[in-house]
Amino acid sequence: MYPKDTAYDVAATTPAPSGLVLPSYKRDESSHPALDTEEYNSTHLRAPQQPLQVLPHYLTEVTGPLLGHDRVGETDHDLTAQHAGEPLGERIIVSGRVLDSDGKPVPNTLVEIWQANSAGRYEHSGDRHPAPLDPNFSGTGRCLTDSDGFYKFITIKPGAYPWRNHDNAWRPAHIHLSLFGQAFTQRLITQMYFPGDPLFYQDPIFNSVRDPKARERMISRFDLDTTVPEWALSYKFDIVLRGREATPFEDDEEDDD
Amino acid sequence: MAGDTLGTTPSQTVGPFFALSGGILWEDGPEVVGADEPGAIVVHGRVLDGNGDPVPDAVVETWQADSQGRFDHFDDSRGESTSFRGFGRCGTDPEGRYWIRTVKPGTLPTPDGATEAPHIDVTVLARGLLNRVVTRIYFPEEQEANAADPVLSTVDAGRRGTLIAAADSGGYQFDIRLQGDDETLFFAV
Ligand SMILES: [Fe+2]
Repeated sequence: MYPKDTAYDVAATTPAPSGLVLPSYKRDESSHPALDTEEYNSTHLRAPQQPLQVLPHYLTEVTGPLLGHDRVGETDHDLTAQHAGEPLGERIIVSGRVLDSDGKPVPNTLVEIWQANSAGRYEHSGDRHPAPLDPNFSGTGRCLTDSDGFYKFITIKPGAYPWRNHDNAWRPAHIHLSLFGQAFTQRLITQMYFPGDPLFYQDPIFNSVRDPKARERMISRFDLDTTVPEWALSYKFDIVLRGREATPFEDDEEDDD
Repeated sequence: MAGDTLGTTPSQTVGPFFALSGGILWEDGPEVVGADEPGAIVVHGRVLDGNGDPVPDAVVETWQADSQGRFDHFDDSRGESTSFRGFGRCGTDPEGRYWIRTVKPGTLPTPDGATEAPHIDVTVLARGLLNRVVTRIYFPEEQEANAADPVLSTVDAGRRGTLIAAADSGGYQFDIRLQGDDETLFFAV
């Protein structure tokens, strides 16, 4: 029982009529590219033209697939160990943490990656770049974050590749990433870039993110400390998913004394 | 108090070359349930661009409750459990077609006492989409529940139909039109 003279916000803590209490996720539109980014030609016939309608966060949105260990094989995190021989290229370690925007680790969540080989060629029938395929490299990997949100891949540094978006267009070297987080709201598909790439300035996909600070969050950091001497260089890349709005209960806890 | 809020990592396109062996298109991706599951339905359709042409390099992902309206998730505070996978994923074929085998989801309560009609949340990824686009599939035979649905009922009446699948033999057809006069309604989630 609560003392009846306490200044107590009944509306904030009385269970909702259905008894159901759900978290809500912070909106982060300002981090992301606009769908209709003119300079990227493939948007022209594909980017929706009507305004998006805001979707409240109900049960389907605050839940999401919690995909387990049965999706991850023993060599799935090591893209250099999936064939009889080792792939050509510069061996690298890519590691970091998956966090939410409040800095909370996202544990046990699936991270999927795919990339071109060291010559800038994907093992994909649609890739016409006249660069060699590598029989020892498929370019796909997956892992689960650990209980503190850490993940780690071993791979080779992907090459830059040409595409036909504009005259003499080249994609900066990148690794594609797919993340699920813990809720439908947190789903993220992104690309990780490498520091100091001279191709950034002419790439409409990288520059579709208009905020320079947000663009920097797609660039990994070279990290000498986690290189393995005489074996592999290392890049660190933290991925930040949407965090939760504070709940009325959390606000109340601060008032408890 | 929590520390400074970290900026979120920006979205980028899935690109044209995601369909790699061992990649994101799992062999069992479209099979949310097995073919022998009682009540199994197939939801299928096409992804079309602004010219009405098929989008042959899209990924359609689905997320939904089970037939009783339950989720296998810690934030479903109702305390019921299910082993239902709930998640489907299918790449489109050269004609822009996708399919998902699943069950029709149950209705869901909302915190403010409303009831959501059976629905499936959908993410579409493709070359040319710098962020995922999100829509919902509703069911044509649920006229009463659809009319009371707190999301569908706020959608402009002229566009509501773009969120309602068409029944056909063995399931439902749901086309996704990224652009054009009958552009599918997409949500900011
Ligand atoms: Fe790429």
